[in-house]
Amino acid sequence: MKTHTILFEIGLEEMPARFLTDTERQLKEKTATWLNDARLAYEKLETFITPRRFAVLIHKLEAKQPDLHEEVRGPKLQIAKDQEGQWSKAAIGFCKGQGKTVDDIVIKQVDGFDYIFVEKFIEGASASDILPSFKDVVLSLNFPKNMRWGTRQLRFIRPIKWIVALNDKSVIPMEIEGVVSANETRGHRFLGTTVAIEDALDYRAVLKQQYVIANTCERQQMIVDQIKALEEAQGFVVPVDVELLEEVTHLVEYPTAFYGEFSKEFLAVPEEALITSMKEHQRYFPVRKKDQSLLPYFIAVRNGDDANIDTVKRGNEKVLNARLKDAVFFYDEDQKQTIEANNDKLKRMVFQEKLGTLHDKVTRVQAIAQSIAAALGLNSEQVGQVRRAAEISKFDLVTQMVNEFTNLQGVMGEKYARLKGEDEAVCIALNEQYMPRHAQDDLPASIVGQIVSVSDKMDTIVGCIAVGLMPTGSQDPYALRRQSMGIVQILERFGWSMSFEDLLDLVISHYETTEIEVADYRIVKNHVKEFFLARVSFLAKDRSVERDVVDAVTFNGLGRLHQLFMKASLLEAKRKDEGFKETQEALVRVMNLAKKAEDKDVQASLFENESETALYQTLLEVRAPFKAKIDEELYAEALHDLSQLTPEISQFFDKTMVMVDDDKVKNNRLALLCQIKKLVDALGDFTLIEWKQQF
Amino acid sequence: MHIQDMILTLQKHWSDQGCILMQAYDTEKGAGTMSPMTLLRSLGPEPWNVAYVEPSRRPADGRYGDNPNRLYQHHQFQVIMKPSPDNIQELYLSSLEKLGINPLEHDIRFVEDNWENPTLGAAGLGWEVWLDGMEITQFTYFQQIGGLEAKPVAVEITYGMERLASYIQDKENVFDLTWTEGVTVRDIFYQPEFEHSTYTFEASDTDLLFNLFNQYEQEAKRAMEKSLVFPAYDYVLKCSHTFNLLDARGVISVTERTGYIGRVRNLAREISKLYVEKREVLGFPMLKDGGVS
Repeated sequence: MKTHTILFEIGLEEMPARFLTDTERQLKEKTATWLNDARLAYEKLETFITPRRFAVLIHKLEAKQPDLHEEVRGPKLQIAKDQEGQWSKAAIGFCKGQGKTVDDIVIKQVDGFDYIFVEKFIEGASASDILPSFKDVVLSLNFPKNMRWGTRQLRFIRPIKWIVALNDKSVIPMEIEGVVSANETRGHRFLGTTVAIEDALDYRAVLKQQYVIANTCERQQMIVDQIKALEEAQGFVVPVDVELLEEVTHLVEYPTAFYGEFSKEFLAVPEEALITSMKEHQRYFPVRKKDQSLLPYFIAVRNGDDANIDTVKRGNEKVLNARLKDAVFFYDEDQKQTIEANNDKLKRMVFQEKLGTLHDKVTRVQAIAQSIAAALGLNSEQVGQVRRAAEISKFDLVTQMVNEFTNLQGVMGEKYARLKGEDEAVCIALNEQYMPRHAQDDLPASIVGQIVSVSDKMDTIVGCIAVGLMPTGSQDPYALRRQSMGIVQILERFGWSMSFEDLLDLVISHYETTEIEVADYRIVKNHVKEFFLARVSFLAKDRSVERDVVDAVTFNGLGRLHQLFMKASLLEAKRKDEGFKETQEALVRVMNLAKKAEDKDVQASLFENESETALYQTLLEVRAPFKAKIDEELYAEALHDLSQLTPEISQFFDKTMVMVDDDKVKNNRLALLCQIKKLVDALGDFTLIEWKQQF
Repeated sequence: MHIQDMILTLQKHWSDQGCILMQAYDTEKGAGTMSPMTLLRSLGPEPWNVAYVEPSRRPADGRYGDNPNRLYQHHQFQVIMKPSPDNIQELYLSSLEKLGINPLEHDIRFVEDNWENPTLGAAGLGWEVWLDGMEITQFTYFQQIGGLEAKPVAVEITYGMERLASYIQDKENVFDLTWTEGVTVRDIFYQPEFEHSTYTFEASDTDLLFNLFNQYEQEAKRAMEKSLVFPAYDYVLKCSHTFNLLDARGVISVTERTGYIGRVRNLAREISKLYVEKREVLGFPMLKDGGVS
């Protein structure tokens, strides 16, 4: 069968680079689905995307859909024939409706009844009738941001300028928002011209002549090779940031990489500021030496060839030098200020309307941090470091550098504090207070940094929740979720000897001494606990621990978070462990009954049978080693100790009726069970778990 | 090419495209967009094509005349075309050629930049235009103004005149640019730059400014109650500039900003709505032959 090459190209005003990768993916998927739904067979689908166009080439498309042979079922045979055995009106009508005559009827059985059928032949539609509906594919593309233009109604990524739609050599008729398909494409905005594509197959070659490398991989590889060549020629080391490479690839149709230079004096400015200027503002690749130190060079990628590249290079150098001059200005100006003067400015900066100024916040954080340091038993030198780090934790927020490069908060604090001769541990903590900055970020390594980080975050979370700023849905302007995750991670990783509840009480007690108007701190406390429980569940889920297990290990509060997670993963594993089934059932039975019990001493004298004595004896033997293992956080071993009670528990329930009429005896038996429950409580409330062991 | 000649060239170019040549608006503002010639006239169905030079004040950018690139007050050349013509990018690029910038000798790019002015409830999609890595123009299709949907869509082109001139004249320092033969930017603007910077960062009376903000806001509301769109809008501009002075002085925190911006935005929204209503009562006089709505 004859096949065709099909080309669709949509030309646009420059699309945002960050959307191109996803747009190309959608284009590929949606075109494939469209062809599939249209029952059009083809050999290969190619997609292209540049800032000014997206395109698909469909190779070896069949000229028409496959024909269909279809059997159409009519009425039952008994209805299809009249009393004389002639075809009834129903049968004749059916055949007519299908464009057939009674001569075409065949009889077949379905579910034990005879029906009449006619065979129908549906000729496959021609591809050229279907191809114009590619418009639906174009209009089905989703973009994160759409716009309107002129007097048009359509919302699209950018205004559509031209449409090429070719079936081999002939134009496929199509129209979108007043733009009519043709065979004319446009080349590079400056190096190319408007040119006709004679045959869909020529697409790539025509565009290349027009200085457009339409294939993303090819364009990206050109940039990679050009950077490599510059590295070799100049002795540079250029760490290629994948995201930046992708963005740069999508900013050009015809890439030419070149290097430029900036004044060496700027290297005195912290590297982070230089890199932010280069990468984020200018989309340049920073250049390093073999020893990884930064060199006063950058690599940029021009959209065009290398003609007059010196002019382009000079222009780019001029821009970067001006930007860096600004950074130097900020850096120098900032250093003229004392930390105390900066701190003073915080008094005029509102942190949150109801929570006071940044100075108020710092005061709270300082008090909280000191209490935590004391509670964790830090030595006096460390307590001093915590106090100082908290005191100056926000001074860099009023520096010009942070004002200009907000992502450098903390980074600049550390550097400026060091220049002012602050204690090294304090300097490090100033940066670490913001860690983890995102889900994959490192945690603060120093204890001083951890304490300031947790204090700052807890202050924000408790404060915001206290004044009614609990995050809802996608609304979380103060990033409370991210910050609470940070706290959970820090407490878990470093195994703080402080329960979450003690930490929360400590923060709330500091809040209670402030003048912030809060109706009822008990309610706040409950809200914060629920909020953190949700974070813990989220983190647990990530580790395949289900919510019921989380509920079991937190029935008594979150406690110490590393213990919580250890217990949770142990119980999650035991949930399906067949070997644990008997013990689990015994303990759950004990706990269900023990919920009705009072916690009081067991009196052996009230025992009436051996099973009671035996259980009590074993309990006494198991108790001390169990508690020791719990203290040492050897939860699996502790659980093993408990399992030694299993035979005695079974015996006990076989031989002993707990709920007897004699209250003394009954309560003593319940007390015995309660003693066991108290041990199990150290691991969690087993009655809350949906056990899934099978035999 | 002197700045003055650049202005003349751009005026001629855009006049030839059918733009009305206007003069700068006489109230302090942070950007040419804030002139009622842009902000209000971009609203509603009436066609509107205009070009003008707008001196724009950015108190926070004041550098006492020391910085080679930053200015308390710079100049924007502003073009508005409503509805946006299909060939607007080409019209823009040909204006650059008239300024002597041959695209084949440079790297000219349209880099995504979605413009937003929360104080005016305005937002648009478009680009910053890069000339060899330098942003020389803001190119925006308005999507929303004063909280109202822009229909038809106006396109706004804002040339940063000093930026562009420093490239065209190949000067490192903005103060070395020539305005016309024998007269530099330094001659005209150094003293005001120094004095405005001193005022902004050291001498302004912040209590007075906070009071002014409140009073301007009150006056804007009062004018609104009397249905006086343009006077009310003038006071909104004054609110905005006063806010910028306070912000530059560092006495407004991130959180407070939201509150102040919200206050100005609410006014701008009401004024925008009222402007369209009043134009409608007048029968949208600039809408000829049924127009383009």
